[in-house]
Amino acid sequence: MSSDAIAIERLGKRYTIGAAQVGAATLGESLASWVKAPWRRFTHLSGRSAETQFWALSDVSFGVASGEVIGIVGPNGAGKSTLLKILSRITPPTTGYADLTGRVSSLLEVGTGFHPELTGRENIFLNGAILGMYRAEIRRKFDAIVAFAELERFIDTPVKHYSSGMFVRLAFSVAAHLDPEILIVDEVLSVGDLHFRNRCLGRMQDLRGEGRTVLFVSHDLTAVRQLCTRAVMLDGGRLVDDGTPSDVTRRYERQHHSAARSATGAADRAQPPRGYHLRRAELRNGQGVVTSRFDAGDVMEIHLWSSGRAPENSYTAEFKLLNDDDQVISYGAANPVRDTYYRADDQHFVCRLGPLPLTEGAYSLTFSVGVWNVERWDAWTKAIGFTIERCDLFRTGHGVANINDGDFVINQEWLIGS
Amino acid sequence: MLAVPQAQPARRTLRLEPPRSWQMLNLAELRDYRELLFFFVWRDVKVRYKQTVLGAMWAIIQPLATTFFFALVFGRFGGMSKQVNGPYALHVFVGMMPWTFFANAVTLAGNSLVGSSHLITKVYFPRILVPLSAIASGLVDFAVSFGVLAVLMASYHVEPTWRLAAAPVFVAGTVAAAAGAGILFSALIVTYRDVRYVLTFVVQLWLFATPVLYTLDIIPPQYRLWYALNPATGMISGFRASVLGTPFPVGVILVSSIATVVLLAAGVRYFVQVERRFADVI
Repeated sequence: MSSDAIAIERLGKRYTIGAAQVGAATLGESLASWVKAPWRRFTHLSGRSAETQFWALSDVSFGVASGEVIGIVGPNGAGKSTLLKILSRITPPTTGYADLTGRVSSLLEVGTGFHPELTGRENIFLNGAILGMYRAEIRRKFDAIVAFAELERFIDTPVKHYSSGMFVRLAFSVAAHLDPEILIVDEVLSVGDLHFRNRCLGRMQDLRGEGRTVLFVSHDLTAVRQLCTRAVMLDGGRLVDDGTPSDVTRRYERQHHSAARSATGAADRAQPPRGYHLRRAELRNGQGVVTSRFDAGDVMEIHLWSSGRAPENSYTAEFKLLNDDDQVISYGAANPVRDTYYRADDQHFVCRLGPLPLTEGAYSLTFSVGVWNVERWDAWTKAIGFTIERCDLFRTGHGVANINDGDFVINQEWLIGS
Repeated sequence: MLAVPQAQPARRTLRLEPPRSWQMLNLAELRDYRELLFFFVWRDVKVRYKQTVLGAMWAIIQPLATTFFFALVFGRFGGMSKQVNGPYALHVFVGMMPWTFFANAVTLAGNSLVGSSHLITKVYFPRILVPLSAIASGLVDFAVSFGVLAVLMASYHVEPTWRLAAAPVFVAGTVAAAAGAGILFSALIVTYRDVRYVLTFVVQLWLFATPVLYTLDIIPPQYRLWYALNPATGMISGFRASVLGTPFPVGVILVSSIATVVLLAAGVRYFVQVERRFADVI
């Protein structure tokens, strides 16, 4: 055997989708399908059943040397989550194998198994045990966990009384005290506030310094560039790129981000992921006309459609406004900002935005849905673009462009001193 | 204090590969995860008592109230009390104690996996801990009801005999039977959601197929051994005989014991066969 911490050989995962889906079956349907089995076998031979099977991951092979921090990038539906689920032993592969050498911890979300009725203290023990820590180990690290979360005063309060920030802090603090040789992390770093994200990144950097092996999935290409020693790209369930983080992320950006700009004011998702997902976005002006051209001071209506089964019936939608250089310049979300919660499975979100204080230039919007600060079900990066054609908020006849003058204009009055 | 299994073989390689056609229950792994089982039980008990006003009182009220109504309806109005030696209410209560445990354990365990889908899709642990912890947490209530039993026996002037020493055996048998049925149903419900409704119905009927409200004596002798294929029959009759000091129905207990072992083996067998695809279908 090689000295690799992780060796992945021709790994594949097939899901059965559509009418033959196992999970949606009732016992009655199962009996019915058993009766119909001879017929299905016949159609199977004629090759018709191929469309109900879907390879989320196929023929993926790579090794991760001990001490490497490897970032996995790829568009939604590329197979990143499936790969993590296989390596976390949540689901078995259909073909191939993966060898993991050393103590493995996997972190697909923070706060798995937290119970709202239990106190912070009780949840530390429960969550620690779920993540694979022994009781003696948790007891030893308990004070450090509480101190790291900065929750000494509330440690005996049921976590249902915690704010979402406190909840995430406690959950992350437990996870940060895991002591694995191999750490598998999903997009957990993308939730929470900036302070929290920085601490996550700091902890990841510590692990890197200690020579741990880390496998890290993220949409955040900056984080991948900062943290990882190597990156691989998945697309359509296959490994398509492997190299230095800066090379791989640059190639990824070139392939996947340029097409997102829409000139029409309406965009459909090219390859929506399998789970709950956003599928269409439209921008409308104050008259309800779909357009991608606005003037500063206009009202913009964002229309957003989602599909699938919502994993929870109280969730939020978010947008991030990006400038021409892809920097986030503004943010909005249904529940933390306007105390609005969504419940339906197939949702049509409408957000009225404005008057827009933006300077002339090109902008784009990134959308996401999920439980705010806890879990992000889907993110649609740079889903739709628009331009501000004219920025003349004070009706002076002089425009303000974002090339030299910043991204937005603050309402202002100029006074003449006495 | 604890043997940390990772400590000795410094670098153990774990191979993740497609499920083999014949899966075995990994007992060594279950031993490694026994603390998690403890934490699941601890969580269930804690949450249950935190969320209710009466807390542990429910463990007393539930069997007492059902005993009262059954004693009234079947004993007084239905004339069943004449077929039973000794106080009918005590007779029903002694049957109701293991039955309440059994019925709750099977129902809770059966629905436990679906109720833990957020865990199953996010973290690995032996899945069988979920139904097992649901069963184990019911034992706390069972233990509490022994206090009520002592009070009832004292007030009816029924003295315990040497047969009481056999009670733990029948408690263990009831746990094993509940585990078999609970584990089987939990795996079935993940795959076939409508079995959930079947389970409710099955547990209701099961009560009448078990000598809780009546005794074995009303079953004609030639059918008794068939009747004992219901594992609860032997366990509950045996428990009652050991508490009330009446003779053990040996043949019935023997057949029920075999049925219990078969049910448990079949439940575990089916569970380990399908557990690896739970996360895909839940």
